Amino acid sequence: MDELIIAGRSFTSRLMVGTGKFASNAAMVAAMEGSGSEIVTVALRRVDIDNPQDSLLRHIDPARYLLLPNTSGARDAEEAIRLARLARAAGCEPWVKLEVTPDPYYLLPDPIETLKAAEVLVKEGFIVLPYINADPVLAKHLQEAGTATVMPLGAPIGTNKGLRTRDNIAIIIEQAIVPVVVDAGLGAPSHAAEAMEMGADAVLVNTALAVARNPGAMGVAFRKGVEAGREAYLAGLGKQQDKAEASSPLTGFLHDK
Amino acid sequence: MTFYDVIQRYDPQQVLAEIEAMGPDDVQRALAAEQLDNRDLMALLSPAAENFLEEMAQRAHAITLRRFGRTILLYAPIYLSNECHNGCLYCGFSVHNKVPRRTLTLDEIERDARILHSKGFRHILLLTGEAPGLIGNDFIAAAAQRIRPLFSSIGIEVYPMETDGYRAMVEAGIDALTIYQETYDPALYAHLHPSGRKRDYRFRLETPERGGAAGLRRIGLGFLLGLGNFRTEAFFAGLHGRYLAHHYWRTLLTVSFPRLRPAEGGFQPPNPVNDRQFVQLMCAMRLLLHDAGLVLSTRENAALRDNLLPLGITQMSAGSCTAPGGYAEQNSAIEQFTIDDDRTPAEIAEVLRSRGYDPVWKDWDRAFLSREAG
Amino acid sequence: MDIIFNGTSRAIPHSITIQELLDQLHLDCRQVVVEHNRSIVARQRLADIVLDHGDTLEVIHFVGGG
Repeated sequence: MDELIIAGRSFTSRLMVGTGKFASNAAMVAAMEGSGSEIVTVALRRVDIDNPQDSLLRHIDPARYLLLPNTSGARDAEEAIRLARLARAAGCEPWVKLEVTPDPYYLLPDPIETLKAAEVLVKEGFIVLPYINADPVLAKHLQEAGTATVMPLGAPIGTNKGLRTRDNIAIIIEQAIVPVVVDAGLGAPSHAAEAMEMGADAVLVNTALAVARNPGAMGVAFRKGVEAGREAYLAGLGKQQDKAEASSPLTGFLHDK
Repeated sequence: MTFYDVIQRYDPQQVLAEIEAMGPDDVQRALAAEQLDNRDLMALLSPAAENFLEEMAQRAHAITLRRFGRTILLYAPIYLSNECHNGCLYCGFSVHNKVPRRTLTLDEIERDARILHSKGFRHILLLTGEAPGLIGNDFIAAAAQRIRPLFSSIGIEVYPMETDGYRAMVEAGIDALTIYQETYDPALYAHLHPSGRKRDYRFRLETPERGGAAGLRRIGLGFLLGLGNFRTEAFFAGLHGRYLAHHYWRTLLTVSFPRLRPAEGGFQPPNPVNDRQFVQLMCAMRLLLHDAGLVLSTRENAALRDNLLPLGITQMSAGSCTAPGGYAEQNSAIEQFTIDDDRTPAEIAEVLRSRGYDPVWKDWDRAFLSREAG
Repeated sequence: MDIIFNGTSRAIPHSITIQELLDQLHLDCRQVVVEHNRSIVARQRLADIVLDHGDTLEVIHFVGGG
């Protein structure tokens, strides 16, 4: 059985989905169901008394999905830690998708504050899944700090550009001792499949589902993309051959005797 | 978790069966892979891969050129002592061999060191046996401190220490550790190491991890070619190397290929490795560990060493003497093993140049470290 | 008296507990988490804490996010 194991907990699905930007809760639920996901991310915000909203949690079956609160909106380590603690106080399991994004334009993660927050949260018993740029050395620092995964971005969040950081993600996959979850920028099932073919352990998708004309069907498409990529990885892809270079033989001396 | 827990998951018999079952298709797939997985490594170590030695050599050569260019680092060993309480069946320094025992004084160590320095060496490797009470960490640290002004890098190849011991070595100016597992097969290990502290397989296996934790900058692995089946040994050495590269990522990995030579005591290697297998093993390691330094000692003869140059070797010993005090005196009676390449360092450097390689005597300097600044 | 509720000033009755305020605002305490003067309040303590003039209250809930 090919299972994804994060912090000792096993999952059969390797596709995590986000719940942001959907036109309606019905569309969100359709995307979640279509994706077959077992982990869904949520954010924390102030209650708006003047515009009462339907509670998000009413739509997410806790028996079926692990709720993964993120720290979106945090601009530094302190804010991220505060949000993580709030999420735990709200009754969530102590899992947190750590994201610290001081840059309001591309929402690129701050490596220094992310590492600081990770060190604190791990000590407090959180299972930390940090969102990072595709920086292999940062990934190593985080896994040394005790994070449960690393989540490098494929491209800036919401851009749907695919694996623009492919070469660095390959290094992270080669070197990581925790699961690698490619997060952000995956705009099409083919992008997700490509990440999985490279050996990523899982992917996280949100915008691509939320903006699809039919989020439920797109959820299915991403599920198939992730499964295809994973199966191709396990089956052993035929690798691209270097063109044979004409050069003088290096092992001729073995025949001399 | 340590590498001991990792290796426990494998049954050596099963691994060997899987390696032997690999076919030409598996080898070709492995040859095309940018990063090898376990199956690829098995394929390259399989009997089937013997028909692909030239392809493996070309790949190994290309990877080495890309990562290291045409350079070979030259180093020399200094044997500080041949005292040893271990009874390793294959070793000339075994406690059971009636050879004259000698431990150098600091002055004698410096005398050898100055000779090597004058020949151009800046990378040096200090060796001892394992003789608790006779040779301790303080002695090795004192030796390193004495010769430190002469060399830019000092390595040790001695008995396994605790992490604190390695921290003391780093403080004394030592930056590299070489520790061979000898064999990864626990049963064979127990048979070959009947007495002395070295009996503890696990303590030895976890030694590189303790060195990495202490902050040593280079850690060298190896197994003795000729003891166990080289295919399974190389597979486990490969896993070991990859494990260390993943967990101690600030430390550069090196892998050595010590092939057993005739030694005092007349030990006959049960699984001798021939030249073709030697080439296969070296190339497989390069294809698995692109960035590892691959080390070749003077155990091998001059002609073979020259031919192996382009296959992935990045460092060599030269002009080695394996007897304590042997650079200043001629005393072959107490050497650990006989060397088979007796060319001088200058001759070897010349051969390297004539083959298009740059002999490197110094490739870093610890003076750049902040710890040294004060 | 006034408190700072989610960043803005809000008039509330005297000697009201956090739980009572949430009820008045039709907020289900199982769906929100409350920070009182920067300290997280455990759900079972919401009825114990009486608000003072000038207190800061943050009432947070889950929303969609990636």
